[in-house]
Amino acid sequence: MIMEIRPIFASMRKHMIPATLIVLEIALACAVLCNAVFMISQRVSDIHLPNAIDEQSLVTVTLRGTDDKLAGSDVPRNLAALRGIAGVQSAAVISTLPLSTNNWGWSFGTKPESTITDQSTTNVSLFFVGPGIDKTLGLRVVQGRFFNDDDYANSSLGSAPLPETHAVVLTKSLVEKMWPGQPALGKTMYTTGHYYTVVGVMADVLRPNIGGQNYSTAFFPLGAAGSKGVQAYYVMHCDPQDRDRIVREAELKLATINPGAVAKGQTYSEIRTKYFANMSSMAWMLVLVCVVMLAVTAFGIVGLTSFWVNQRRRQIGVRRAVGATRGHIMRYFQTENFLLSTAGVVFGMALAFGINAYLMQHYELNRMPWYYLPCGAIALWVIGQLSVFGPARRAAAVPPVVATRSA
Amino acid sequence: MFGYYLDLALRSLKRHRMLTGLMVLAIALGIGASMTMLTVLHVLSGDPIPGRSAQLYYPQLDPQDLKGMTSSKEPPDQVTLIDGQNLLRAKRADRQALMTGGSVPLMPEQSMLDPFYVEARYTSADFFPMFEAPFLYGTGWTAADDDAHARDVVIARSLNDKLFQGANSVGRSVRLAGVSWRIVGVLDKWQPNPHFYDLNTGSFAYAEQVFLPLQTMLELRLDRNGSSDCWGNSGGGAAGILPMDGCVWLQFWVELDTPAKAAAYKDFLLRYSQDQKTAGRFQRAPNVRLRNVMQWLDYNMVVPDDVRLQTGLAFGFLLVCLVNTVGLMLAKFMRRAGELGVRRALGASRRALFAQLLMEAGVVGLVGGVGGLLLAMFGLWLVRQRPSDYAALAHLDPAMLYATFVLSLCATLLAGLLPAWRACQIAPALQLKSN
Repeated sequence: MIMEIRPIFASMRKHMIPATLIVLEIALACAVLCNAVFMISQRVSDIHLPNAIDEQSLVTVTLRGTDDKLAGSDVPRNLAALRGIAGVQSAAVISTLPLSTNNWGWSFGTKPESTITDQSTTNVSLFFVGPGIDKTLGLRVVQGRFFNDDDYANSSLGSAPLPETHAVVLTKSLVEKMWPGQPALGKTMYTTGHYYTVVGVMADVLRPNIGGQNYSTAFFPLGAAGSKGVQAYYVMHCDPQDRDRIVREAELKLATINPGAVAKGQTYSEIRTKYFANMSSMAWMLVLVCVVMLAVTAFGIVGLTSFWVNQRRRQIGVRRAVGATRGHIMRYFQTENFLLSTAGVVFGMALAFGINAYLMQHYELNRMPWYYLPCGAIALWVIGQLSVFGPARRAAAVPPVVATRSA
Repeated sequence: MFGYYLDLALRSLKRHRMLTGLMVLAIALGIGASMTMLTVLHVLSGDPIPGRSAQLYYPQLDPQDLKGMTSSKEPPDQVTLIDGQNLLRAKRADRQALMTGGSVPLMPEQSMLDPFYVEARYTSADFFPMFEAPFLYGTGWTAADDDAHARDVVIARSLNDKLFQGANSVGRSVRLAGVSWRIVGVLDKWQPNPHFYDLNTGSFAYAEQVFLPLQTMLELRLDRNGSSDCWGNSGGGAAGILPMDGCVWLQFWVELDTPAKAAAYKDFLLRYSQDQKTAGRFQRAPNVRLRNVMQWLDYNMVVPDDVRLQTGLAFGFLLVCLVNTVGLMLAKFMRRAGELGVRRALGASRRALFAQLLMEAGVVGLVGGVGGLLLAMFGLWLVRQRPSDYAALAHLDPAMLYATFVLSLCATLLAGLLPAWRACQIAPALQLKSN
């Protein structure tokens, strides 16, 4: 092997420009590839963020334009009607849903003097939930309990946009953020004029808008009578195959019994897909660019190596004539490509790292994990070897007799 | 000379179809990808109201208490109701309008239509002339109507088509939020992109269907949406509850025709802030901003980061394609060393050879540009299929069409420089001898 590398270097020195071009091309491709794949993986992990509700079994209808004062009688009547639809296993109302973009945020502190603008407070998305929501959404309570009938009956919305109650259920991530390493049950969170005691902790449910703290979600009980009509989302749990039919039936039913109001139904999967539509289109775009870029790089290597082989037909003939086997010739070009790729990959990794650092400074992007760099390197090594295979074989096929022809 | 070089270039390109094809493909792919993203960027960063964007300003005040809701030095992005009304009544600008957004249920009189929600803008009389909203029928309401809490409405053409089949509906009435409103005007198709006067609604492809007087909305307490930011113990904004005094939730725009007027208005804002502080309403030192439309869009970073990233990536890709083209062109030119040697020996200068080779590169660039254009059109079609809010806007305009060819030609000529220079270094004698 060592014996073979020295003549390769000698030949490269004579063909500085094409050699530099291959190195440059591989370096650029490596840098762009690493960053693009990293961006894709970030989007994909966002798109697949876990969400502790039965997403595949949920159907929702939003009802707007009803008389807020009649919510106390309207909501139970509407729910009873929805439960009458064949296939609906349970139904409940809620003020918003994860990923619905309909966010109601509020800041809470862990001390009584916390005010809304204090630095040490945590911004939380508020969900006002009606009876039966735990079963309907398929929430998993991991500590304590969910709300009971008294909690719902004793809660209402007053003139402030916060419910007049003292019970709250938080997600696991949120209690860990607010009271790190401490048992959360019985702890109290405060804002000016209101305080709430944690009665239960549930598995992580996403906020209506993600970004930053994805699971800072708080559920508050709210009975229909005191709800002022803020619980506009009617949620139903059903078998996944019944979803489309139930969306249509539920929408029609609510529209019929609430003349003058506007009912709009969708499955939960649709809400999630809609939320991530931009992200998934970006991911697809990046994939397309990566594939095409790798193809272009491969073509470039094929083109340059073919030219190279053609230029050196006589030298190859001489080597064959003095005893080199086809294998030797093949290996010569493969080794040469490997050396060039290695140089390219080294520059490429440095460049990839630099681009990532730049993007981190100017955009909301995380640091690229180290293993992206060797993975990108391996990908380009493989592509280099694949593209050199054809030209190398043609080089190996050069008969020794070429050496005897006058050039 | 030009014609001769062109002929030579075409002959040479035809001889090595494979290599030529690869070069054209690489250029076309690079140009296609980068032009697709550049067009999206161009469309998104365009001027929503050309010709007037330099005269329209967005005043910002800082009414927060000392704790505030943000730690930044910038004043809030919107105004409180009190400040908005004060500035509106002061009438210190050529035109001014206070506004916020919402949605209201519409009960059609036609029995075959179900009730539906329409997007609403609650604003004041100057809105229409200030933003040059085009009227199909009728006009906007007047300042007197604002003061009288008139139940006047201006509707969009799409809603007019839906309710009245496109007929002139001025003078007829429509039921919104349980109240009857008189139609005073119908707007022709109008959708500024981005939706600069209120960026909380989503910046692109958003248009209101009804425009209602803000003062009437306040009286009737119609539902609003959009963002409201509060400090101190303020809150509100829940169904039917308007945000409290310690909340900013309205947008205020002014028209100032000359830079002198803009400077004077900024002074007025400073004096206003000082007066409010003296009166005890403001607690902070006067902190005002007066940005025009483009500055306001810039400040709000309206172009999605994703689009900027993708554009950068597309240019990275173009660079890879160019390096690739340099390599292929080098291979091609060097292979013709013999032919070039003969030309040199017959008396062609290096400069002539250089020109000939660059002509060849230019032809590749032009053909690649055509391919790139087709690919960009295909790419934009793909973008339009996506559900992003800006997707529908992704179209190639003449400026970008022209830019495609310029970019393609410049890129290939640049890529051709090194190979052409290298090929011109050939010693003619050596080439002649070896053949």
